[in-house]
Amino acid sequence: MADFNIRSDSVNVEQIMQQIRAKIREKRGVDYTEQQIRELAAVKLERFLDPQKVRSGLLEQFRKGGISPLENYSFEDTTLFESHRAPLRWIRRLLRPILKLQFNPNPLIHVLHMQADINTRQTQYTEISYELLHNLVLETTRLSIEVKNLKMRVESMSSRFDFAERRARALEGIVQYRSEEKTAEAPARGRAPHAQAPPAQPGPSAQAPAPDADQAAGIEARRRRRRRRGRRGGPTSRVPGEGAAAGANGTGDEAVSSGPDDQAPKSGGRDDEGRERAAGTDAPTAPDREDQ
Amino acid sequence: MKLAVVVQRYGTAIAGGAELHARHVAEHLSKYAEVEVLTSCARDYVTWRNELPAGRDVVNGLMVRRFPVRHRRSVERFGRLSATVFQQTHSVADELAWLDAEGPTSPGLIEYIRSNRDAYDFFLFWSFRYYQAYYGARAVPDRAVLVPTAEREPAIGVSLFRPLLNGVRGVVYLTPEERDLVNGASGNDSIPSIVAGSGSEVPERVEPGRFRQKYGIEGPFAIYVGRIDQNKGCDELFDFFVRFTRSERSPMQLVLCGNSILPIPDNPRIRHLGFVPDEDKFDGIAASELLVMPSYYESLSIVALEAWATGKPVLANAKCDVLKGQCLRSNAGLFYETWDEFAEALSWFARRPEQARALGANGCAYFRQHYAWPVVEKQYMDLLDHLAREKPSGGGPLSEPLPGWWQRRKLTLPPAEYVLERLPKGPSRRS
Repeated sequence: MADFNIRSDSVNVEQIMQQIRAKIREKRGVDYTEQQIRELAAVKLERFLDPQKVRSGLLEQFRKGGISPLENYSFEDTTLFESHRAPLRWIRRLLRPILKLQFNPNPLIHVLHMQADINTRQTQYTEISYELLHNLVLETTRLSIEVKNLKMRVESMSSRFDFAERRARALEGIVQYRSEEKTAEAPARGRAPHAQAPPAQPGPSAQAPAPDADQAAGIEARRRRRRRRGRRGGPTSRVPGEGAAAGANGTGDEAVSSGPDDQAPKSGGRDDEGRERAAGTDAPTAPDREDQ
Repeated sequence: MKLAVVVQRYGTAIAGGAELHARHVAEHLSKYAEVEVLTSCARDYVTWRNELPAGRDVVNGLMVRRFPVRHRRSVERFGRLSATVFQQTHSVADELAWLDAEGPTSPGLIEYIRSNRDAYDFFLFWSFRYYQAYYGARAVPDRAVLVPTAEREPAIGVSLFRPLLNGVRGVVYLTPEERDLVNGASGNDSIPSIVAGSGSEVPERVEPGRFRQKYGIEGPFAIYVGRIDQNKGCDELFDFFVRFTRSERSPMQLVLCGNSILPIPDNPRIRHLGFVPDEDKFDGIAASELLVMPSYYESLSIVALEAWATGKPVLANAKCDVLKGQCLRSNAGLFYETWDEFAEALSWFARRPEQARALGANGCAYFRQHYAWPVVEKQYMDLLDHLAREKPSGGGPLSEPLPGWWQRRKLTLPPAEYVLERLPKGPSRRS
C-alpha cells in the first residue's frame, strides 16, 4: 500500500499542535494532564476558586451532583427466610434443615451480612469525602483570597519602597547641595574677590567687585544652573526636593508608574559617579550631582 | 466478474453514510464488473418498515433486488437486548436475539444469496453489525468480502462477529483506525484487506464569491456541514465557539449548513443557513477559512475529505480517532480536545492564513492520492482480482455451525463494552 502520509516542508501539523499546546501552557502556567483537565472541567473548580462565586450550598450541590447512594439493607441470619406472611415463614423454618441438607447457606448469609456492613461504611465514607472536599474547597478559596490580598500588599509595599527610595535620594541631594553651597560661600568670604571672578570677563564687576557681588554671583550661578537644567528637561531638571514633593502629593501608584523615567537618570548618575571615582577626582562631582 | 453488493438499504433518497458509500462503490465498480445490488425493502433504519416494493428495480442503471423484512424493529426490545449484550455477561442466544432485533431481518434475502451463490463471483457485504451481513456471509463464506464500516461502538465487542470478521475472504476498511479496531477485536490480521475510502464528486469549479453574495456573509468564517446534532458534537462546538467569541478578538464567524436538531445559540457571529444544495455546500467550503468537524464518532467523514478536495484545512475533534488520524496523515488539519486547544487552533487559522493555505494544499494532495475515485476503484479491483486468483481455504470459522441449544444459553460472554474498552485507541501508527 502507498504511503498514507503527506509531508510538507512549509507546515507540519504535529509541530503546529506542539506550538499550540506550548502556548496554552504558557498562558495557563501549569501543565495539566488531559485527565486533570477533564476532572477540573467536570467540577467547575474555577467557580469555586472565584471568591465572589463561592456558594454556601456547596455541600448540597456535591450531594446532588454525586452518585446517589444505593439503598442499603440490614442483613441478618434470618433475612433469607423472612416473609411478611406468617405461614410461609413457618414453612420455611420447618424446611430449613432440608435446605441445609442440599447446601450450606451460612457462608452466603455471612458474605451478605458483610456486604451490608460494607455498604453502610461506604455511605459514611462518601459523606466524609463530601465534607472533606467541601472543606478543601473552602480552604482553597480562603487561601486564594489571602494570596490575592498578599499580592496587593506586596505591590503596595513595592511602590512605597520605590517612592521612599526616590525621596531619600532627593533629600540626600538637597543636603549635599546645601553643604556644598555653605562650603563654597565660606572660602569666598575669606578670599580676595578677584580670585573668584572670571579673569577675562570685562565690565565693572571685574574691576571693582562690591561686597554684594559675591551674593549676586552666587545667585547668577544658581540661575545658570537652573537654566541648564531647564534646557535638559525631564524629571531630572527638577530642583532637588521637587520630585519628592510631587511624589508626596501623588499616590504610590503614580510613583511606580513614573519609575522608568526615574530609573534612567539614576543609572546615568551612578555611571557618572563611577567614572569620577575612576578618575580619582572628587571636585567635579558636585556640579554633576546638581545636574541630576 | 459479477459482483453482488449486499446492503441494508439502497436508493438515491437514502442518505445514511454506509448506504451512500455502498451506492457510490457499486456505481463505480460497474465500470469494471457486472454489479447487482441485494437489499431490503426498508427505507427507514429505525423501524425497517417495508416501504419499497419487493422484487427487481433499477437505480442509476444498476439492477437492484429488494427483499421484504420479516418484522419491524421493536425499539423497546432492541434497547433491552442491547443493554444485556453491551453491559452484562451474556450468552450466544442473547447475541443472536440482539442481532435479530437489530435487523433488517430478511430471510428471503439470505435464502436468495444461498441459492444463487454460483451466480456471483463475490458478494460485498456492507456494515458488519446488521443481520444481512452476518447471515449472508455465513451463507457464502468463500465468496464474501466485508466492508465493516466499524466505529468505536460496543457492537464491535459482540462475540458473534469474531467468526464473521475472521471467516470472510477479504475486508475493505475505510481508514487505518478502523482496521486497527477490527484487528484488535477479532485478530483477523491475516485476512487479505485494503484501506480504501470513498471518493467524492467534487465540482470542477467552485465560486466562493457567489456563496458570500447569496447568503450575505462577509469576513472570515469557519464552516460546519452536516446534521446539527448532539451526536455530532455540535453542542460542544457551540459552547466552545461562544466562549471563543467572548474571549478572543478574532473576527472569525461560524457558518452552519444542515438541518438542526439542536437549538442554535443566539450569537451574531453564528450563522445557520439550514439545508443547502450541494453547489452551495462546495461554494461555502471554498469561501470559508476552514471546515470544523466536531464529531466524536466518524468512520470516514466524507465532508472532511470534500473540504480537503476543495483545498481547505480542517479543524477536527481529537476525541475521534479517525479524524485525528486523518489530520495527521494528511498534514492538512488541526485538532482540539479542550476549549483552550479549540480557541488557540482557531486563532492560529486567523493569524496565519499562508500556513492555513499550505495545510489546505496538503489536503488537496492527500485527497487526490488516496480518495479520488480512480484510486479507490483500482484498490477494490486489485483486491478482488487477488482473491479471484487465490484458492479459498475451506472450513473457515463461518462454516462452523452455531452452538447447540444448551451451549447457546451459557452465560459466558463478556459485556461488549468491556471488550471495547480494551481495544486499541488513538490514531493509527501504521500507514
